Amino acid sequence: MIQLEKVNKRFMKKSALQDISLELTKGKIIGLVGENGSGKSTTLKLIAGLVRPSGGSVKVNGNPVDRRIASQVSYLSELDDYYSFYNVGQTIDFFAEQFADFNKEKAEEIRAFMKLDPDAKLKQLSKGNRGRLKIVLTLAREVPVILMDEPLSGLDPMVRDSIVKGLISFIDLERQIVLITTHEIKEIETILDEVIAIRDGRIIGHHNVEQLRIEENKGIVEWMTSIYDRSIN
Amino acid sequence: MSDTFHSSTPIYSQLAERINKQILRGELQPGDKLPSVREMGLQVNVNPNTVQRTYRELEGMMIVESRRGQGTFVTENQSILQDMRERLKQEEISQFVASMHEMGYKNEEIESGLQSYLTKNKEEDTE
Repeated sequence: MIQLEKVNKRFMKKSALQDISLELTKGKIIGLVGENGSGKSTTLKLIAGLVRPSGGSVKVNGNPVDRRIASQVSYLSELDDYYSFYNVGQTIDFFAEQFADFNKEKAEEIRAFMKLDPDAKLKQLSKGNRGRLKIVLTLAREVPVILMDEPLSGLDPMVRDSIVKGLISFIDLERQIVLITTHEIKEIETILDEVIAIRDGRIIGHHNVEQLRIEENKGIVEWMTSIYDRSIN
Repeated sequence: MSDTFHSSTPIYSQLAERINKQILRGELQPGDKLPSVREMGLQVNVNPNTVQRTYRELEGMMIVESRRGQGTFVTENQSILQDMRERLKQEEISQFVASMHEMGYKNEEIESGLQSYLTKNKEEDTE
């Protein structure tokens, strides 16, 4: 469903990604982990068509990715730059107008699940509730690919839990694939099918998470620590 | 059911173990319906794919059976449940004995220690 072949990405003279090849299939929740600046966000942006590869190819459902891929990809940015003069309900309406695949009923359902007041003004929302709203907007789209850049970052444990529960409840694993970048591994490791570790723009490991536990007796954090060490030496 | 999982052991088998214990304790009765894959995922914060695998695993052991379009149910076959009860008891005992041996205790010490422990804690058991 998502294919990256020998992808390189440079920003000016700086290399951000080197020789990334990936093959990801639907029906999975995949975690992209690594240090700050390792290339996680750039990888998501390449798949979202927001950044073009300097070399190699990126395909979604067999089609080369360009800006038009937005019709197949729901992308949750690290930033939240919504119109602050809207309230929650208006923001949902706005997104429904922007995307033909936006399912308003589902949005309503997720909004209620997240206990967001439709009349609350965005500029008055807490950081946690803005995080929840982003989940509503991202998951309400009926698209094959969902990309989430740091959905848990900087949020308190209760919000993180509600987001994890939101993912479990509203992702359609029959049809969708979800790619999440995160630092908060502990929170999310029980819902990941696969994990990909990135270091300095290279993939240093890609594993089925349950297989990792069975074969190496390791959780994601232990696994990451061990391969990060190995890749330094 | 909201206890966390060990991150280094397969979640699907930890979940299977939890369900088995619920059956042993009688919280889940023969013939009871298990929560749907998604509901269960939500209850324990686990990927629905993993819950699916747990259910498949339990189905393979004939502890549960899935009925088309209806869901997954605890088996009503008493002999399978009896076997499971016996097997889990043996597993627990062998682990306990192994770790006692590891610490150098002799069988007689284990036996008498267990006896006196059980006698002392009798009241709790009969509650």
